[in-house]
Amino acid sequence: MVDSNTVLLGQTFAYTFYVLAIMLLMGWFAYNVTKSEGSKEIKPALFYSLVGFLILLGVSLHIVTHETIPWKPMDLNRADIKADKTFDITVADHKFILPSEKMIINTNDKVMFNVTSKDLTYGFGLFREDNTMMFQMQVLPGHNNDILWHFDRPGVYTIRSTEYSGPKGIGMIEKNVVEVID
Amino acid sequence: MNFIQTFMDGEEGLFKPNSLTPMQKMILRFVVVGLVYYLFALVEGMLMRVYQVTPIAAIPPDQYFGMLTAHPLVGIFGSTYSIVFGAFLFLVPFLMSKPLWSIKLANWTCGLIAVGTFTFWFAGFLTHYAPLYTLYWPLPADFTQFSVWGGTFFILGIALIMVGTVFFVLNIFRTIAYTPEGWEKQDGKGLLASALGLSGLKNLFRKNKKEHMVSLPVAAIARGTVDTALNAGIILFTGVLILIYMIAEIAGSSLKHSSIDALLYKNWFWWGLDLIADGLVLIFVAGTWYLLATLITGKKLFMENWARAALFVEMVVSWTVWSHHLMSDQAQPGILKILSGEMVTAFELITQGLAFFITLITLWSARPLKMTNPLKFLLGGLLGFALAVPAGIMQADLGLNRILHNTQWIVGPHVHVAILVGLTMTLYSAIYFLFPIVTNNAKLYSQKLANVHFWAHLLGGIGMGAFMGMAGLKGMLRRTIYFDGEYSLYMILAALSGTLLLLAFLAFFFNIVMSVGLKGVIGIFMPAKSNTKDLLPAGK
Repeated sequence: MVDSNTVLLGQTFAYTFYVLAIMLLMGWFAYNVTKSEGSKEIKPALFYSLVGFLILLGVSLHIVTHETIPWKPMDLNRADIKADKTFDITVADHKFILPSEKMIINTNDKVMFNVTSKDLTYGFGLFREDNTMMFQMQVLPGHNNDILWHFDRPGVYTIRSTEYSGPKGIGMIEKNVVEVID
Repeated sequence: MNFIQTFMDGEEGLFKPNSLTPMQKMILRFVVVGLVYYLFALVEGMLMRVYQVTPIAAIPPDQYFGMLTAHPLVGIFGSTYSIVFGAFLFLVPFLMSKPLWSIKLANWTCGLIAVGTFTFWFAGFLTHYAPLYTLYWPLPADFTQFSVWGGTFFILGIALIMVGTVFFVLNIFRTIAYTPEGWEKQDGKGLLASALGLSGLKNLFRKNKKEHMVSLPVAAIARGTVDTALNAGIILFTGVLILIYMIAEIAGSSLKHSSIDALLYKNWFWWGLDLIADGLVLIFVAGTWYLLATLITGKKLFMENWARAALFVEMVVSWTVWSHHLMSDQAQPGILKILSGEMVTAFELITQGLAFFITLITLWSARPLKMTNPLKFLLGGLLGFALAVPAGIMQADLGLNRILHNTQWIVGPHVHVAILVGLTMTLYSAIYFLFPIVTNNAKLYSQKLANVHFWAHLLGGIGMGAFMGMAGLKGMLRRTIYFDGEYSLYMILAALSGTLLLLAFLAFFFNIVMSVGLKGVIGIFMPAKSNTKDLLPAGK
């Protein structure tokens, strides 16, 4: 499965390219709007083309990500996918209560994390050793909060709450408790 | 004039507060309140920027989160609401050539926003009440972490602002529809229907199309005001709900948190909050761009009917996009995530894209234009939204949201660039444009300071958003504290960019104070000498 860091790298390239292009366009516009040379007329065809382009872009973005980001269809269909392993985690009083001290996963396992909150709204995220985030979800009290993830390479991960639950929540970090082995 | 004289009397002594009409005083009061609260938000923002580099020992974490709670609320309600409401309470009568329905009510709006903002800010400052603006249930009623009295006064402050907001809504719609004393009877229903887009909608199915009864900017203000009203209703209702828990707690009886469903509440509250973020901001901003473009160029708006239709679509879209804030909530139905979260949200790319293009083409059609302060800030505002809206569309994708939600990416390239560069620079454009009109041709103290204001604000705003975004892509969360310097490099660069924003505001504030003088600032808050309902003094 493509790594979430790779997806973010792709997004960084795409957005950076767009930012540079739009800044250049605005710079060019600001310079030339003070000049009198050239045509002032804009044909309506350009306007209608822009409308069409924006519609195409808005719709195609989500279709492209559905086809290229593997966890997107997996998340939508997670109820119909059999997990290789399931971990039930409880959160209460700003603490994660884990099923075991270490959660061991075999490479290429699809793992379901079921997280239940007993009091507040929290977050649940897995982070790599370099602090980058692999994925996250919200954890609401009174609801099922489950996420399915395909671990296709070995690694060690830290769990931390990704949602603010009051000042006490800043210590909600369980270091290196998820380990994916060969 | 020497420096002291200019500081006291303003540039060349041209600003005479005694010559101002009650309407001019009204808008200037709103602007002063808005700028003072902008400074509040800016100072708090800078303290938090430093805290993100390295936590400050003198500020405990609960106070940091108190600031994090107050900061966006002071910025949106205390500053932006003040400036926008003041400007629109002046512009609707100006554009419709009729008096404001009630100047007294407008001054009440200003007072309630000023007092309400100070009340919630002070309650948060003293007691560190910090459930953040999101108020995720049951955090605002978690009295093991927060003072119940602090929370009560905090919510009361917000409620005062919402009452002021309701007064604003009433004033805008009554001004559009009413017949001033001694005037020939006006078609109030027709004017409202035109302002809200209903007559335009009927035109689609009529052979003989009817002329629009109100101008496009008034239509934009009216449609944004619909969202403002709905939002005030949601926030007031939610505030009352939280107050019930607080009053019960004070009375010694703790109510069960589980009586309120956290997901339903989150849907409800985000529906209301999004009426600000994706509704009135985008509609008001688009309307302001159109108005400024036509005022700067003196030309008709390019593709005006499309612009009207886009404003109507934007209003409807703003009622149906809230679910993009719940894409990481696994209990939220998938169909809502796709339809409301992804698809309808993508319409904002279309409506804002059209507003951006229409404004640029209108300006282009009037070449050559002089690069005045209103024009350069308008271009800055356009750039801000051109950067921030696509960033928002990207994060409103189920795949990307999984790895971006609650990171600094959300609050950097999207939120801060939209608000600081897009919205604030648009407001500055309006302020620079209206300055000579509402001050009876007072002269700006220094054009050099205006240039410093422009460049420092533009570079600071974009820079801060960019460095926060880079940290977000590396996994930095937006609502926590890092004690081990994990992201110091990005945060140092973001803090330096923030310093540019502070410098920009100080240059602007000093320039304005030197333009109108200290006596002039005080004079704005003194009662007007005349009772006229006219916008400007006779002969102006």
